[in-house]
Amino acid sequence: MLPKAEVEETLKRIQTHKGVIGTIVVNAEGIPIRTTLDNSTTVQYAGLLHQLTMKARSTVRDIDPQNDLTFLRIRSKKHEIMVAPDKEYLLIVIQNPSE
Amino acid sequence: GRPQHSKMYCHPNDIFPLTLTSATQELFGCRCDEDVTGDNPYKILRKEDIVQDMRMRAAVSDFSPVKQLVLDYPEDELLLVYDRDFIYGSSFYLVLTADAKERHLKPVVALGVEVALECEPLEVFAAQKTSEPQPWISLGSEQEIEEESVTDSRPRYRISRVRREFGAPIFFSDRNAMETKDGFLECTPYQDKNFSLKQMERHTGVQTIPNLKSSSTQTQWTYPRSMCTQYEPREFSEEEKENCLQSEHLKNLVNSVASRFEIAIQQNEIMDVFFDDWKALSEEDSGYGRKADPHLKEYQSFTDLHFSKEKTISNINWHPTINGVIAVAVTERLSFEDRINGSTKLLLNPSLILFWSFSDPINPQLLLECPDDVFSFEFCPSDPNIIVGGCMNGQVLTPSLSLFLSISLLTEKPTCGVVDIYSFSLFHSDKVSRMGVPMENRNGICVQIVTCAPDCCVMFWDIRAPRVLQTMADQRKQKVEEKPLENPHGVPNTFKHLDLTWKPLIRVQHISYCKTQLQLVLSTTFCPQDGELVYTDWKLEKDNDSGRLFSAKPSHRFIIHDGQVNTVRRSPFFKDIILTVGGWTFAIWKEGVMNGPIIQSSCSQKKCTVGYWSQSRPAVFFIGKEDGNIDVWDLLEKTHEPSQTQNITATQITCIKPWIVSSKQHLLAVSDHLGTLHILEIPWTLRSPSSNEKLSMSKYFEKEVDRLVYFEKRREMRAKEKKDSEAEELRKKMVRYSI
Repeated sequence: MLPKAEVEETLKRIQTHKGVIGTIVVNAEGIPIRTTLDNSTTVQYAGLLHQLTMKARSTVRDIDPQNDLTFLRIRSKKHEIMVAPDKEYLLIVIQNPSE
Repeated sequence: GRPQHSKMYCHPNDIFPLTLTSATQELFGCRCDEDVTGDNPYKILRKEDIVQDMRMRAAVSDFSPVKQLVLDYPEDELLLVYDRDFIYGSSFYLVLTADAKERHLKPVVALGVEVALECEPLEVFAAQKTSEPQPWISLGSEQEIEEESVTDSRPRYRISRVRREFGAPIFFSDRNAMETKDGFLECTPYQDKNFSLKQMERHTGVQTIPNLKSSSTQTQWTYPRSMCTQYEPREFSEEEKENCLQSEHLKNLVNSVASRFEIAIQQNEIMDVFFDDWKALSEEDSGYGRKADPHLKEYQSFTDLHFSKEKTISNINWHPTINGVIAVAVTERLSFEDRINGSTKLLLNPSLILFWSFSDPINPQLLLECPDDVFSFEFCPSDPNIIVGGCMNGQVLTPSLSLFLSISLLTEKPTCGVVDIYSFSLFHSDKVSRMGVPMENRNGICVQIVTCAPDCCVMFWDIRAPRVLQTMADQRKQKVEEKPLENPHGVPNTFKHLDLTWKPLIRVQHISYCKTQLQLVLSTTFCPQDGELVYTDWKLEKDNDSGRLFSAKPSHRFIIHDGQVNTVRRSPFFKDIILTVGGWTFAIWKEGVMNGPIIQSSCSQKKCTVGYWSQSRPAVFFIGKEDGNIDVWDLLEKTHEPSQTQNITATQITCIKPWIVSSKQHLLAVSDHLGTLHILEIPWTLRSPSSNEKLSMSKYFEKEVDRLVYFEKRREMRAKEKKDSEAEELRKKMVRYSI
């Protein structure tokens, strides 16, 4: 199988979970690569979460340089935003938990 | 004076008081008042005699207490003194020392006995010739006496009067001490410095913080220049995206983090850990006391003696933009035959649409005169100055209310303006019984109206100004016709070129009468008179043969209500839930479920005349009855009977329309058969939705749909079973016969 298809399949699997509103793949500079939401929302999420992830990662590494950020979950009143950071990419999933 | 002790308090050391019995007195020759007297109390006794007496009589001897002293006495003779006054407590006393004896004998004789006895015991043997009274030493007793005694503490005030006023009554009065300067003396409090403490020591904690420094700068803006930046987010092109998606790195990443995501998502699916059950228990916005009253309260009532006497109200509409204005269409309360019979009289009575305002409950604000009774009218949603009305004689009217002056005066002074209506030629052969709300086109401007009439026609009209190219002749003709239509009231001629030029867009023939509400979306339902419900789609289809557009046949037909269906209403919260009211029952339908109504009520005692959904609560709707009652149904509370019934008027209710004025005030306009318009206030319990009400209602509807589907399935199954069993029996019979 092509790597892309695998990626696609995995992302689709995540997307079809109950309550998941959208999935976004963003590159290291905050440019969206793949998304299930509309363009303006994607761009907004990508820019904001990219900065936040950088800040979170620097916080973790400041406290302990041997440590690194693995997963970021932001819980708001309406949604939960999950971010998996990486050196080159960022995976973002938005879920509505109370549905 | 000195206190007198009755008893001797002490005797000097050199004498000893003795009591001698008469026997002893005889023996020693010191009988009281015979041998020794007050004048001559001294008796010399020989020591030997005393000793012998003591030997002889031992313990009984009177001298036994002084035995040792007597034995120690140096001389031979002791002095016994007769103590006639019992000064020392006994009748005699024995002098124990020689010196004392000398003193007694010698000075006493010179001084006298009484004087010696009156002295203080310490000074008894003082060598004074005469004793003078000693100075009195105060021991504090006189103070006690002084305290107890009553004396004047201040000089006595003497008030005297003139002689003529002696014996006359005296009148005292009060005087305020504050009046004169020296009327009173006061001691004002002051803070004495002696008592204020200064804290010299204190325990505090100290914490160091990093150095803080705040500073600011101001930039100099020498040349104001407008500048702006426009930006857009960076985006990848499709190929770049493809490249990224193909990369190995992404694949690895996705594979590694996918499980993490799934765990997190599943966690959320299982339970929402941040949900606060305690907070969610309470219902928000609970007013004190106001919650208790669930009844519709009468807010105002409008009836006009002049114009709505003997009439009934056929339709009510709230003005969409102006608050507090409601329009009613009054029609004659006559049946068709009576109308025909009395048609001449009716012509004289103009038919009206009345506009009421809350500011004036007595006089209607505006009267619209119509050529005939208006059975139904609607405000145009995009332009509330336009009303479309359907009349008794089949006319469709749009009076233009762009008399802005007249409308604005509704809030200030009442005016009764009568506006001429532009009327149009008859297109319906019978009365227009119901108007549809004008539909909107893409620009949000209403351009279409729907009418239906008992002549089995439903027509769609386009009210846009026709852009038809007209020939010169037509134009001229139109101009000629325009002149008589010049309005006397200065109404702008918005629709003048629509006169007589309206053509219906679609014309649909149906088999039976249409008399009731239309609710328009692209597909709609309408209900003919005898309780039938017809469901159809208004999309135009092109007939391949003739090339003409026609509308599809009705897809479904239901007979549910046992009387004329008078209400078909969509729920404002659910796009596919429809309430229909007719006869003695009402039913709730879901679009898409074609088996039947998902909820059907039981027959009520009285006919249901009208129904309407509540605007703020998804589970509540109002049903009006023919005895003037309003049933309030709350499907989440009770589904077999109304949650409350309230009597509004004595006659049949003809129309119900709710309206939301503000979040605190919801009004319900109810009109009755007598021509009175009642405005009721909806209480808090009926207007404020409980949390999750919409969700509960949608779940309830789903349950009902499931129930219908289930029953349908069961019915089919039973039918199949029955068929099978019949076939089986038939086969058995045949087998039997064939044998």
